[in-house]
Amino acid sequence: MLRRSLFKKPNLRLEGQENTPPGDRIPVFECPQCRNKQEQPALEESLFLCARCGYHYKITARQRLGMMLDEGSFREMGARIASKDPLQFPGYQEKLKQAREQSGEKEAVITGTGSILGRPCAVFAMEHQFMMGSMGAAVGEKLTRLFERALDKCLPVVGFTVSGGARVQEGILSLMQMAKVSGAVRQHADAGLLYIAVLCDATTGGVAASFAMQADIILAEPGALIGFAGPRVIEQTTRQKLPEGFQRAEFQLDKGFVGKIVKRPEQRALLGLLLKMHTGGKDERV
Amino acid sequence: MSAYKRVLAARNNQRPDAMRYIEHMITDFVELHGDRRFSDDPAMVAGLGYFGSRCVTVLALEKGSDTPDRLRRNFGSAQPEGYRKSLWHMRQAEKFGRPVLCFVDTAGAACGVGAEERGQGQAIAENLWEMMGLRVPVLSVIIGEGGSGGALALAAASRVWMLENAIYSVLSPEGAASIIYKDAGKVVEASEALKLSAQDMLDFGVIEGILPEGEDFSQAFSALREAFEAALTGYQGMTGEQIRQERYARFRRLGGDWA
Repeated sequence: MLRRSLFKKPNLRLEGQENTPPGDRIPVFECPQCRNKQEQPALEESLFLCARCGYHYKITARQRLGMMLDEGSFREMGARIASKDPLQFPGYQEKLKQAREQSGEKEAVITGTGSILGRPCAVFAMEHQFMMGSMGAAVGEKLTRLFERALDKCLPVVGFTVSGGARVQEGILSLMQMAKVSGAVRQHADAGLLYIAVLCDATTGGVAASFAMQADIILAEPGALIGFAGPRVIEQTTRQKLPEGFQRAEFQLDKGFVGKIVKRPEQRALLGLLLKMHTGGKDERV
Repeated sequence: MSAYKRVLAARNNQRPDAMRYIEHMITDFVELHGDRRFSDDPAMVAGLGYFGSRCVTVLALEKGSDTPDRLRRNFGSAQPEGYRKSLWHMRQAEKFGRPVLCFVDTAGAACGVGAEERGQGQAIAENLWEMMGLRVPVLSVIIGEGGSGGALALAAASRVWMLENAIYSVLSPEGAASIIYKDAGKVVEASEALKLSAQDMLDFGVIEGILPEGEDFSQAFSALREAFEAALTGYQGMTGEQIRQERYARFRRLGGDWA
């Protein structure tokens, strides 16, 4: 597992990472939930789960793909697609520049093809360090092309969602991506092809109200926040304190919107099994 | 007119609400309540009627006509059951080959504990998924506010029009002010930055046309009637599959130039 997680070593600071003095000291991470401190190698070995409380650290999209896909199988698509600034929204150019520096990515989603336990699939993973994984025209375009390619090649899609929703700085064009991606998901579905979504922390807004909730199988990481309106907005609107665990994956499982909660180390095996269960065209399956 | 003035105009409660459009344009309207799952959401009006000689499915986000009515209808902000009601009627339209006419006027989908517990995101997602597969034409008009995903759930359509002073936005100017400017008071700036006017939408290719309002909106009713009529006539020669592919192509191109 360790090898795979180093798929492309991201040169960036991760959640909970403490300031390290210059030198060769091993980076130390502090669990945002229980404050337990762990060194990077041990944390990597556990796929970034806290050894004490099981908290799932936020990880980068590339780390995630590295953990889930067969080594060397990933072929990235649309790596050059990046949002411009259609509205000339004040401060957006600067924000994009920061997001690119912070995440080391050009956009908030990585798409491509690969395999999981030998089963080929199209994959996407959203990047929380890129403007909270928000969806603008580039994210919408990349996802649409991914589902179109998957349809063309008769591939299932496995997607990891992490997103604050539509990207406000791209205005109405962001909102339109919800319909556009939904259209691509629908065409893929109508061909009898499988789509599995793994909802990660956090999946909200326009992403929760479109492709995250359109999968054949909806899985979630423990503790992931999943909802349409964010908790802060709900508290402000209703002037009501939200109960503990509201909108978390366990809550969504209880309410019937998530099919299964899967810990990160068990995801690869389960995805492989589910892909196996859907192999062959739908006409051959009977 | 400044963007913020337009926001105020779009929200002005002297504007005709969706029910007035139904009264003016649809004959023999039969409202059908309920989502068959949980309850009836008065913010979403659904039913059947005649548009000219054609039988159509009518869906409308209705803000209400006076204060008690507005309260009852949650000011046009639908709960998940509202979107499950529209979903049911879209499936019925597909079954019986009826066009769907949608009237959109909402600040956004309902936000609250109950809406989340009953899956607001899932409800909207399913509407979008269904609409992208419909083989019947779906025509939408934004008559006042077109707020976010709650509006899109009735506007993932074959054709979309807007009234001259209507707005269409990814997020309310208030929401944008607090998220982007971290200052809820900066609504005027946010309204400007969001580019939410009908003309902006036409420039982005998000809508097909702008309908003039005139003094008392009678111009809007007649312009809309003509637009709907011409569009439906245009669909007569098309197969269901063509209608569906045309809708996908309509959204497929949006944003592509900006990525």
